[in-house]
Order: sequence, then C-alpha cells, then structure tokens
Amino acid sequence: MADKNGFFDLSKTTLTRRTALKGLAAGAGLAVAPGFVRYSQAQSSAPIKIGFQSHRTGIGAAYGRWYEKTTAAAVKAINAAGGINGRQVEVIIEDDGTDPGRGAEVVGKFATQHKTDIVFGTLFSHVVIGSAPAAGENKMPYFVVSEGHHVASTKLNRYVFQPGITDVKSQIQSMAPWIAANAGKKVTQIFPDFAFGYDHRDYLPPALKAQGAEVIAQIAIPPTESSFTKYFPQIPPETEVIYHVMVGPAVLTFVKELGEFYGSNRPQLFGFMDSLEATDINSPGLEFLDGSHFWEGSPRYAQADDSAAQKAYRAAVGIDDNGAAVGDPKDVSTASHMFGCWETLYVVKKAMEDAGYKGPEDRAKLVEATEALTAFAEGPEHPQGPKTFNGKIHQCFGIQNISKVEGGKLKVVHKTKIEDGLYEAEGDYTKQAL
Amino acid sequence: MHFGPHLLLAALEGLVTSAVLALTALGLSLVFGVMRVVNVAHGEFFMLGAVLAWAISTAISGHPALGFLAALVIAPLIVGAIALVAERLVLRRLNYNPEATIVATIGMLYIIQQLALTFYGPEARPVEPPFSYRILLPWFGYSGYKLSIIAASALLLIVTWLVLTRTRIGLIMRATQYDSETAQAFGIPVDRVYGGVFALGAMLAAIAAVLIVPISQAHYLMGQDPLLLSFIVVIIGGLGSLRGTVVAAVLIGLSDGIISMFFSPTLAKIIATLLVAMVLVFRPQGLFGTASR
Repeated sequence: MADKNGFFDLSKTTLTRRTALKGLAAGAGLAVAPGFVRYSQAQSSAPIKIGFQSHRTGIGAAYGRWYEKTTAAAVKAINAAGGINGRQVEVIIEDDGTDPGRGAEVVGKFATQHKTDIVFGTLFSHVVIGSAPAAGENKMPYFVVSEGHHVASTKLNRYVFQPGITDVKSQIQSMAPWIAANAGKKVTQIFPDFAFGYDHRDYLPPALKAQGAEVIAQIAIPPTESSFTKYFPQIPPETEVIYHVMVGPAVLTFVKELGEFYGSNRPQLFGFMDSLEATDINSPGLEFLDGSHFWEGSPRYAQADDSAAQKAYRAAVGIDDNGAAVGDPKDVSTASHMFGCWETLYVVKKAMEDAGYKGPEDRAKLVEATEALTAFAEGPEHPQGPKTFNGKIHQCFGIQNISKVEGGKLKVVHKTKIEDGLYEAEGDYTKQAL
Repeated sequence: MHFGPHLLLAALEGLVTSAVLALTALGLSLVFGVMRVVNVAHGEFFMLGAVLAWAISTAISGHPALGFLAALVIAPLIVGAIALVAERLVLRRLNYNPEATIVATIGMLYIIQQLALTFYGPEARPVEPPFSYRILLPWFGYSGYKLSIIAASALLLIVTWLVLTRTRIGLIMRATQYDSETAQAFGIPVDRVYGGVFALGAMLAAIAAVLIVPISQAHYLMGQDPLLLSFIVVIIGGLGSLRGTVVAAVLIGLSDGIISMFFSPTLAKIIATLLVAMVLVFRPQGLFGTASR
C-alpha cells in the first residue's frame, strides 16, 4: 500500500510565485464581485436583507423549493408595493441540508458574514430546534414557518417567532372533535421519529381523550426510512382510524404500501397533508385513498368558495387549480405549508414598520414590535385566513381545513374556528432579557 | 396479527431486501475482487440507475410495462457507460492505487450526487410498476411485484454466476482476480478487463435500482443506504467472494426484515454492524473469503 505516486505527500506542494500571484488575482476578483458592493449611504437606500435558511437539499428539499418560490413571489409583491419602510427587500439564500448542525452554522453565517437583518423560512422542526440557540446568541430575530409546537412551548428563546403558521398542538386540538365524531374512536397513530412527530405523539392522545376517543397504538418511523410494510403489523386489528403524518422523500411509498397492505378493506384514514406534500394524489397505487380525509393548512386544490385574496395568492406563487406549478402538472406544490412563508413576510413587514426599523441595531425593537402584534385580518397579506397572535409565546393561531379525497381531488369538508385551537400559554418569552 | 403470518410478512420483506442487496453488493464485491478498488461511489451508480429508470419510463408512453422494460435494458447500459468513462478518466490515471482510488471514488460520489440534484432535482419521483397485482393472503395483502423482484434477482444472480464460471470472459476475469501480473504475462488485456469489470459492477447496481424503484421512488440521496449495506454484506461475506456475498445478503436482508418487524429497525442496524465488527475481529477475510496472499 505504498504511496507510489505521492498523492498524499504534502511536502511536494510548494508555493511558487505563479501560484501566489494567481491567488492574489482571485482574491482581487472576489473583492470587486457584485456581492461586495458597499452602499455609501448604508441605511437609507440599502435593501433590507432577509437571510433565508432553506432546505435546498436533504430530506426537506421538495419543501425548500416551494418555500423559495413562495418567498420570491411575496418579496416581489412587497417590493412592487414600495418595499419595507421605503427600502427594497433582498433575500439571501443559504442551504441548510435539512440538517440541524448545518442549520446552526447557517444562522451564524447570516449573522456574521451576510449581516442580514433577520433569518427566516425554516420548516423542519429538528433544524429549528438546532438553529434556535445560534439565533439567540447572535441576537438575530428568527422567523420560522415550521408548524411544530417548539416555538409556542417557550422552550426556545425570545428571538424565535412563528407568526405565519399554526402550531401542531393547536391544529390537533381543533381537529380532534371532528376526528372523534366522524372517523372513529379507536385511533392508531403513525408518525416520524423526531421532534415534529413527537408533537403529534404527545398532543393527540389528550385531545382525543377529551372527545371520548382514544389512541390505542403509536408507531414511530425513522424519517429516513424507505420501506414501511414491516411497521404495519403493529397496527392493532381493532383500529377504527389510522392517523398518519409522514415526512421526507418516501411519503409516496408509505401511502402506497399502506394500500397494498389493506386494500379496500381498510380502517378510516385521517392524515396530515405532510404525508403527501409535493406528491400527486392521483399517483398510481394511491386509489385506495379515495374517501379518506386529510388536514390541510391551505387547500391544495382551488375551492368553490376561494376568496379573492386566495386566488391572487395562488396566481402570484404560480400554482394552478390542482395545486401544481402552472405549466407543469407533475410539479405538485407544498400548499399546506408554504402559504406560511408569504404570511410571515407580511408580518415581518408590519413589525418592521411598527418598530421604525432602520438596521441590525434595531433588532431588539423589532422583537418587541412583533410581540405587540395581536391579530392579522384575512386579505391579500394573509390569504389562508384570519389569525390571532400571542406575543407571549410568539405563535399565531388560524383556521384549519379538513379535506376529503373525492374523484382525485381534495375537497374541504370542514373548517375549524380559531377558538377551537387556543390553549393555555406554557410560558412567556417577553420575560426573557433581550 | 398472529405469529405465523407476522413471520411470513417479515420473511417476505426480508427476502425483497436480500434480493436487491445481493445484486448491489455483488457489483461492489466484483470490483474489489478483480481490481482491488474500494468503490465508494457504488451507491451513486445505484441511484443513477433509479433516476434513469424514471427518465426512461416517463419518456415512453403506453403500458407501464413497456417503459419499465426499456428502463431495465437502457438504464444499466447508460450507467455502465458512465462508469467506464469514470474508470478511464480517473481510476486508470491513478494506477488503481488503493488509497488514491478511495479518495477518487469519494469525489465521484459527490460529483454524481450533485449532478443528479442539479439536473434531476430534489424530489422523490415514482416509477410505475410493470404490473400491479396485489396478492391477497388471508391476513394481509402483498404486492405481487415485490415477489417478482425476488425471482428476477435470483435469475440475474444465476446468470452472473454462469458467466463467471462457465464462459471465457469469466475465466479471464477470474485469472485477473487471482493474479493480475501473471494474467498479463499470459496475454490477458488486464487494463481492458478492469474497465469492463468496473462497468459491470456499476451495471449490477443499476439493475438492482431499476428493480426496486417502482416500490421506493427515485431520489438523489437514495444511494447512501445501499452503499452502507453493501459494504456490510461484502465484509461479512468476504471481499471478492460471489458465494459469500449472496449468503451474506440473504442473512442481512432476512435478519433486517425479521428483527425490524418484531423488535425495531434500529436494533436490526445495530446487530448488522455488530456482526461486521465480529467478522472483522475473528475472521477478517469474511465468512467465505480466502486469506490474502
């Protein structure tokens, strides 16, 4: 195993004048590259910089792409209407690989290298939990669109907000009465084996119990799993409802294998749309989903009673009536979650305007201005519906949709009320020092 | 579910895993056996097979079986061609130096993965199975296509074995594996054999991927698990031993199916890794490997 050709012999590399000059030239080239331009009158005309922590790669990549599309559409609309405090908004994207370790690094990079005003846009709960300490240390307002209960649990820190999408605990609480009344009383849960799944594991049983139903089995599946049949024998035969919420690239396999296992002789199915985000519900093998129910944050398919705001939002983001990209019916969106990016950016705009935000030195003011918000009216800025906001727990509360699969489409059959999903605050971020 | 049917389901799932694993690991084992190259990019050839299967089957309209069969033929050929180019451009220029080729194949892994991400995208995309027959057992339903994977894989393994033991090409490959310098002295074009073997190894991975993709979708990160499991299988079975690879694949596949169904998938992985450690300590050449000369 001798290193005959000296591939690993570092002593051979010597610094010649030529390589040194090359290095200098490259450095000079970087310095004049467009990103390096300095704004002479820094705060008056320089854009507001939003660091977008995106799941460009890794298991969250399909979400990341649609989060980027939605964000781009919202920023375009905001800039066209004059920007924030008269300044244009610029989005800087860094890929976190859907990985908590990388996520924390990305937040650090935004704070020290890009010097962004805020960080925004994270979905996967383990990345949010992994990144939140870095946001706190850098005193960097961190606006996530994650759905998890971790922000509202007040276990993160004062700089983390979730003002654009309702958290899982509230979603479950508001839908439990419908599940118990319409689907069945004996429920088996299937959920991913990480933070987001644990919210479902922890909050569904008490919510169902309050409605006279019960969870009879809980099956945790690793988020990187690619084959699921082996888990299905754990589903008790007396199960009346399978409550499923899966994430990651193998979601389609999960639903298909469930269909192969049960065929038409299946229990009722109630799923979170997460199990099928970015996946066509008319994919071969999914016929057995017909008649089953899903939670949807914002409906994937255009509904008969869509508001003008909802229609305008869909057009701006570029999704057709089936929730797929305009011009590419196979490119299905993550409609249930991505609206949160749009709405969060408008919350940031409102809070920055309230705070008279000028630059990173006003970040504490921005935090306080966000905490002072209480409600967002339905409209072009909040097309999913009206929301209330609890500044103490940094969490918003909105309506949820329960949709039925009918003729290859999802039709909303029930909308919850905001009050259905409210719960006692578990703490108070505003008592933490800034 | 009662114990009997439960065990049956576990065994079926385990056999499907084994079937795919045996083909993938055989490719890895062949490349190591003949070339002494540890191909870290093997899983990416697997992934390429699946991604190409998606591309080919979506390009061909008509009955899904047509697209699938076309993919089964064309995808491995394209992957083999890519592997051949990589071998000529990279591995040969490193003189198959064992350390350098490991680093080079790690580089290939990232290059292939990022190219797939750039041109194919981050989504998991489904390929329609050639037929979707659901076998209805009294206790549960099972995909008929999954059973056909086991049969197809067994058939391919037999063909590979016949080629290696009964044909002139196989003889040349075995001679190169046994002693490449003497083989060269006897006029065997060792250089071309290396190119062919590397392509063949990649093609076996690609075939395995085309077989599995109708049940697990094409995704640019899907090469990681098969790579790890293939290494486990090859270490347990003995690097370069065809028989050992197949036996170890069945062993690992079945134990993974059964342990993960009755206990937990994590425990199955722990046991497989422990087995590797035990083999490395007590029988470093693997169960069926011969001690290095």
